[in-house]
Amino acid sequence: MIVQELIFYFFSLVMVLAAVAVVTVRNPIYAVLYLVLAFFSAAAIWMLLEAEFLAIILVVVYVGAVMVLFLFVVMMLDINLVPLKEGFIRYLPVAALVAIAMAVEMLMVVWSRGRFGVDMFPVPAPNSADYSNTRELGELLYTNYLLPFEVAGVVLLVAIIAAVALTLRTRPGIKTQNPSEQVRTRRDESVRLVKMKSEKPRGA
Amino acid sequence: MLTLAHFLTLGAILFSLSIAGIFINRKNIIILLMCIELMLLAVNMNFVAFSRFLGNLDGQIFVFFILTVAAAEAGIGLAILVVLFRNRQTINVAELDDLKG
Repeated sequence: MIVQELIFYFFSLVMVLAAVAVVTVRNPIYAVLYLVLAFFSAAAIWMLLEAEFLAIILVVVYVGAVMVLFLFVVMMLDINLVPLKEGFIRYLPVAALVAIAMAVEMLMVVWSRGRFGVDMFPVPAPNSADYSNTRELGELLYTNYLLPFEVAGVVLLVAIIAAVALTLRTRPGIKTQNPSEQVRTRRDESVRLVKMKSEKPRGA
Repeated sequence: MLTLAHFLTLGAILFSLSIAGIFINRKNIIILLMCIELMLLAVNMNFVAFSRFLGNLDGQIFVFFILTVAAAEAGIGLAILVVLFRNRQTINVAELDDLKG
């Protein structure tokens, strides 16, 4: 039990420090890398909560795909960093005030007696060794949540098409293939049959 | 002993940090997008914690859908960002005043 607590506090500390670094660091590339660290720590804490499938999904899909996409975009853009940081010091007090006020309000709700403590939410027993989180989630996802699941697929398809349509551009003066013309080509456009006499071997 | 309140505290701290990030990085769209990702992570943390302590897997299904929508949002947002940078050579929010709003 004490080991679990140590793990929780360690990863929480790493996560909070990484989040602080994300919002304060000067270079956006470092910010993305700190965000990756925050996601990794979150995955570890979800493991502690016995949400193994989501923890793996967070690492594989989120860190592996979305954060790499962020990294690509940040590295692709040639950003002048100096004007982007102006106002940092000016807005720091009000940002700290709002954040601390929000945090204090939420913590007052969370830690007020009889709301989210042990008496209201007793610590559940750990799942047995043959319990499969992935299997349970799959059974729920493909029965009760089948329609939302398919809608999520449509949302991703729309996102793909939108991203491609937004960033696709045709530059003038570049030689490219025209696929529709290639497909429509016919035999007599490319093959020419030539009539000629058969040659006789020399000396026959 | 780790109670639900511990995990909710972590989510609250994370959410407040990303709120502060939106305030102090209001010139840089990339950091703004990252702060939104952090916020969604904080919310997901609460969902997973409640799912565990209520013994109900529906919360994890919700996290699944939030991750899907967040991935779609990040993809489209970054595509818009790339088009914006291609047209204006800047991502400074202060210079994006074409609409005169």
